[in-house]
Amino acid sequence: MAIKPRPGKEAVTTKGWLRANKWLILRRMSQFGILGLFLLGPLAGIWIVKGNLAYSMTLDVLPLSDPHILLQAVLAGVEPHKEALIGVSIVIVFYMLIGGRVFCSWVCPVNLVTDLSCCVRRMLGIRSSTQLSRSARYWLLGVTLILPLITGAIVWEMFNPVSMAFRGLVFGLGMAWVILLGIFLFDIFVAKEGWCGRLCPVGAFYSLLGWKSLVRVVAEDREKCDDCMDCFEVCPEEQVIRPALKGAAQGIGPVILSSNCTNCGRCIDVCPEDVFHFGSRFSNQRLNIETIESSRKQDSLSDAA
Amino acid sequence: MVNRRQFIGNVLRTACGVGLMGLGLGMYSRQASSLPAMAIRPPGALPEAEFLGACIRCGMCVRDCPYDILKLGQLGSDDVVPGTPYFTARSGPCEMCEDIPCIPACPTNALDHALTDINQARMGLAVVVDQESCIAFLGLRCEVCFNICPIRGEAITLDYQHNTRSGKHALFIPVVHSDACTGCGLCEKACILDEAAIKVFPMHLAKGELGGHYRLGWEEKEKAGGALVTPDATHQYNLPEGVRYDLQGKGLILDGSGSAELPISSNPLDSLNNNPLDSLNRGREGQ
Repeated sequence: MAIKPRPGKEAVTTKGWLRANKWLILRRMSQFGILGLFLLGPLAGIWIVKGNLAYSMTLDVLPLSDPHILLQAVLAGVEPHKEALIGVSIVIVFYMLIGGRVFCSWVCPVNLVTDLSCCVRRMLGIRSSTQLSRSARYWLLGVTLILPLITGAIVWEMFNPVSMAFRGLVFGLGMAWVILLGIFLFDIFVAKEGWCGRLCPVGAFYSLLGWKSLVRVVAEDREKCDDCMDCFEVCPEEQVIRPALKGAAQGIGPVILSSNCTNCGRCIDVCPEDVFHFGSRFSNQRLNIETIESSRKQDSLSDAA
Repeated sequence: MVNRRQFIGNVLRTACGVGLMGLGLGMYSRQASSLPAMAIRPPGALPEAEFLGACIRCGMCVRDCPYDILKLGQLGSDDVVPGTPYFTARSGPCEMCEDIPCIPACPTNALDHALTDINQARMGLAVVVDQESCIAFLGLRCEVCFNICPIRGEAITLDYQHNTRSGKHALFIPVVHSDACTGCGLCEKACILDEAAIKVFPMHLAKGELGGHYRLGWEEKEKAGGALVTPDATHQYNLPEGVRYDLQGKGLILDGSGSAELPISSNPLDSLNNNPLDSLNRGREGQ
C-alpha cells in the first residue's frame, strides 16, 4: 500500500503555504489570544479580562458566562445575578449565530491537545480505533444535567477537562495535566477523535446551541472535487462533510448543515481545488437554482452517454 | 445500515456505559466534596453543600480580593473541590475589607450578596485548640490573638485565672466567643507558636450543639419569674437538743442557757489541739 502524503500537502503546492493554513493559523491565534488575554492580568498586571471561561468580566463592563456551566448551576438551584444572565445571553446569541461548536475549535484549550493527538496519530499511522458512538456525548450531556438535579452540586465541573484546563492555565493547574494527558493518549491509542468527537458533553451542548446557526461551511464548488479525501482526513467530524460534498445527486444542498461541524475551516485550508468556503446556512437557497441546473446537466450527460 | 436489533443494542450499550460513568462521577463527587479543615471559604459563602451547587468556579472572587489571599482548589494538590475558592488562615487570613469586594464579584450568589457587614460574616470559628502549648496557659504574657482580633474585646476576651503554679500570678486566658468571631483567621496567622495554638475551623467542626430538649433551670426560672418546682425542703441536721446549724450564716447556734454542757467544743481549734483520740474516747468514759 502506497503511503498517502500528509493531507494538505497538495493544497500547499497549489495554493501556497499561507493560504493552505489560513484558517488553522487564525484558529490558533484565537485560541492563544483568548488565553493570553486572561493571562495578561495575573502575569503582567494588565487587567483586561478577569475570571475564566465559566464567567468573565472584560474591562469591568462586559460579562460573559458559559451557558452549560450556568445551566448546571441553575439546575442545582441557583438564581444567577444580573451580570451572569446578561453574560450568558450574549454568549448564547453569539454562538447561535456563528455556530455553537465554534467554541470547540476556536476557544477550547482541549482542542489544542486533541489536535496534537490527531497529528501524532497520523504520524504513527495508527488506524485502529475503539468503536465509540458519536452520540455518546449527548448521553453524557444528559448526565451532566441530571447530576446537579440529584445531588444539588455542580458535579461535572469537578471533572470537566475543558473548564479545568483553561482555569488551570489561568489560576494554577495542580494535577489537572494528568487528565489532559489522559485525553491526549486516549485520542491517540484508544479512539480517533475520542474526546471531542464522541465523549465531550461541553461540545455536545454547544452543538445543540448552534443547531440552527447562521455561519456554515459550504461546499460551493463541489463539482470540482477530485476525491483526494484530504478534507475527510483532517475533519474532526468527517461524517458532516459527505452529504454536502457528495449529495448533489440526491438533491442535497452544498451547505454543511450538521451542528457538529465546528467551523474550524480546516477543510477549506486543505482542499487543493478550493471547493469549500465559509457561507451562511441560507447559501443553499442562493445556490439552489445552480444546484438543480447542474444536476440536470449531470442527468442529461448521463442520458447522452 | 444498522438494523433495529443493532440500533437497540448500540443505544443500550451507550446508555449503560454513560449511566455507569455518571454513577461513578456522582459517587466520587460526594466523597471528594468534603472540605479539608484548614481550607476556609470566603466571607458570605453559603453552607458547603449549597455552595457546591452555586459556585461556578470562575475565580472572580480570587481576582477581586485586594489582599490576594484567595486561591482556587486544584485537582490533586490541595484536596479542595477543584476550582472553588478558599483561603488558609495561617498563611493568608481574611483582612475583613469593609466593602467585601469578593462578594459583589460573585455572579451566582455562592457568596451571598445579602452580606454587607463584614462583622456579620461567619467564615469559620477560631478555637484555642491547644491549651498545653498556648503560652497564656503556661502563665506567660502574650495576648497577641486578643490584640490582633479585628472585633477586639468581643470575639476574643481575656479570662483572668489564678496561676496555681506560682500561687500569686494571673493567667490571661484567651476565650473566643462565637457570637462575634467572623473566622477571619488573623489570630491564627498572628499566633506566635511554631504551630498555631488558636486555629480557625469551619463552623461545623468548631461548634458543639446542646440537645434541643435541654432546659436550663436558672433561665427557665427567670423567664417564669419564680421557681417552677417545689422549693427544696430545709435540710435537717442531726444535732443534739438545743443546738441548731445555720449553713452560710452563723454556723452553730446554741439555744437556751449558756451554761448547758456542749457535747463538742465551740472552739474549732480544740479539735486540733486535743488528741483526736480523746474526743473519740470521751463518750466511752462512763462505761
